[in-house]
Amino acid sequence: MSADLSTPADLADRVSAICADHAHLEGPMLPILHAVQAEYGYIPEAALQIIAKANGVTRAEVHGTMSFYHDFRTQPAGKTVVKICRAEACQAQGANALADSAKSKLGVDWHGTTPNGAVTLEPVYCLGLCACGPAALVDDKVVGLVDDAKLDAILAEAGA
Amino acid sequence: MKIYVPLDSAAKALGADNVADALATAAKEAGKDVEIIRTGTRGMLWLEPLVEVETDAGRTGFGPCLPSDAAAIIEGAANHPKALGLVDDLPWMKRQTRLTFQRVGVIDPLDLADYEAHGGLTGLRNAIAMSPADVVQHVTDSGLRGRGGAGFPTGIKWKTVHDAEAPQKYIVCNADEGDSGTFADRMIMEGDPFTLIEGMIIAGLAVGATKGYIYLRSEYPDAINIINQAIAVAEKAGVLGDDVLGSGRAFHLENRVGAGAYVCGEETSLLNSLEGKRGVVRAKPPLPALEGFLGRPTVVNNVISLATVPVIMEKGAQYYADFGLGRSKGTIPLQIAGNVKFGGLFETAFGLPLGEIVNDLAGGTRSGAPVKAVQVGGPLGAYFAPHQFDTPFGYEEFDGAGGLIGHAGLTIFDDSADMLGMARFAMEFCAVESCGKCTPCRIGAVRGVETIDRIAAGDADAIPLLTDLCDTMKDGSLCALGGFTPYPVMSALTLFPDDFAAQKKAAE
Ligand SMILES: Cc1cc2nc3c(=O)[nH]c(=O)nc-3n(C[C@H](O)[C@H](O)[C@H](O)COP(=O)(O)O)c2cc1C
Repeated sequence: MSADLSTPADLADRVSAICADHAHLEGPMLPILHAVQAEYGYIPEAALQIIAKANGVTRAEVHGTMSFYHDFRTQPAGKTVVKICRAEACQAQGANALADSAKSKLGVDWHGTTPNGAVTLEPVYCLGLCACGPAALVDDKVVGLVDDAKLDAILAEAGA
Repeated sequence: MKIYVPLDSAAKALGADNVADALATAAKEAGKDVEIIRTGTRGMLWLEPLVEVETDAGRTGFGPCLPSDAAAIIEGAANHPKALGLVDDLPWMKRQTRLTFQRVGVIDPLDLADYEAHGGLTGLRNAIAMSPADVVQHVTDSGLRGRGGAGFPTGIKWKTVHDAEAPQKYIVCNADEGDSGTFADRMIMEGDPFTLIEGMIIAGLAVGATKGYIYLRSEYPDAINIINQAIAVAEKAGVLGDDVLGSGRAFHLENRVGAGAYVCGEETSLLNSLEGKRGVVRAKPPLPALEGFLGRPTVVNNVISLATVPVIMEKGAQYYADFGLGRSKGTIPLQIAGNVKFGGLFETAFGLPLGEIVNDLAGGTRSGAPVKAVQVGGPLGAYFAPHQFDTPFGYEEFDGAGGLIGHAGLTIFDDSADMLGMARFAMEFCAVESCGKCTPCRIGAVRGVETIDRIAAGDADAIPLLTDLCDTMKDGSLCALGGFTPYPVMSALTLFPDDFAAQKKAAE
């Protein structure tokens, strides 16, 4: 993720290339947004106009689509994203206490990033780990039966 | 020596990768020739990571394993404290009727030859030999109903698409599995992806669709990875492509990743999302079967509905229809979740009483405290109390008891559950996830949270208001997000009135 280093011209080139790569798809918008986010860690504001033009829609439409979905960010996240499941099955196994503990350890609320930029804390509604909760997703790594000790280890490894 | 270790994400979440690494190291140190095969999970999640060792008598299990158990397992210590005996003989396995899940936990999910050796592709070959109309009739005769929640007969949906005239038709697999307490779709996608692919191809041949999409939620990174690999393997082997198994007929398949919106599991919202739009619900009619993806006739089916088609085409419609209860024919993969001693997936014929599932199969709560409530069918499903435990597991039976089976997830709560809190959460979830199209859902859910907060603060007058609001949401929402959120809310209120009254008394 080299977002900070890219000049506007770089960004235009890269986003245009991503759009071209997906031009053959039926309904390419979500794959394009995912690819842009994979590249930059978020959807840079300047990308919207380029995506709009490449797809023959307005910038407002791209913004409307992007903002509908929880996954797409308009700001970079912390180095590690920790998602804690808030859904019913995990609640039945103590997820609310775990979430409170994570918030107080990190000193952030949902969607917050620690001041050192190490961790962003997010809620997630179900990871399909409903019989071994509370569950968490640390970047792309699943963790089950998360207790305070496991949480400490996750946060320590992330450098929170 | 062959050793099997699950790669299912529930097993990974409990340390299966570390156990697999430790086994490889221990084998090397012992100088033993060991082949480690990664499989799906058998579904006994309290035993994960469950390691299986091949013996002459069959596969023997060890679990739940830690990396420190590896050396003893490699030595073949049958009297190891974690030794379970033959896995197929464990009561949880023996009591099941595994049709849809017959290969999950048994084979390497990406080994197409092993898939065929275990009955895979037989259903597709049978379908290729039949006329499309006969395939549709077969699925209708099996009695298969949609496993995504609504329970609509799959064959009838297929017939509508079959009969529609269009230059292009589509098969869309709904793999958005957003309901808490459910993981059957994930388990089959990670453990036996070719079954889903085979089911989608059969659907394509039956209705005349040459293109399919899987819409897979982004919260399942492991399933995304396995499905992508499985599609590549199937393409290379000529199972997918312009000439499916040499039949001269085409079917192409693409995996698409969702973006974290629960409502995109609703089929019309899903289609908008697939087209690259906001996932706003469409009014029906037109039915997706007639005007679906890009306005073309489209079959939208749940993962389990599609993944059950191969076994129906393999063993016959009547074979499948002979299982079950009343109009709920065949088997259902129960997903037993929440605060349970024995959680996991249990595939069985419809008809088990709820209490048998909760007390007998699940063994009650993990905490040891009494069961207070069971939410059946995800966040839009009703809560059940122990006095309703004689309700048999079937579509009509649960409807009759004021609930629904949904995607067949059961979330169990012990007596520490605060049902007012759960009702509030249902409203909060609806507010967060509403697509915004219908006012009763978008605004009603926000008002619902406020009204429940008033009840919590001791305002008993807010109770009739909540009831009234739920009626409005039920009647005034296009889809079941706004329409069914009243199920958990009202069942919590009527079954557990004390949880809504305690605060009132405290305030008085
Ligand atoms: C809010 C909402 C969420 C839904 N989520 C899912 C889902 O995640 N998976 C699914 O298969 N069906 C889901 N459904 C049901 C679908 O709209 C549709 O009935 C189903 O995909 C049809 O397939 P089936 O007939 O095979 O069940 C949802 C419905 C609603 C109203």
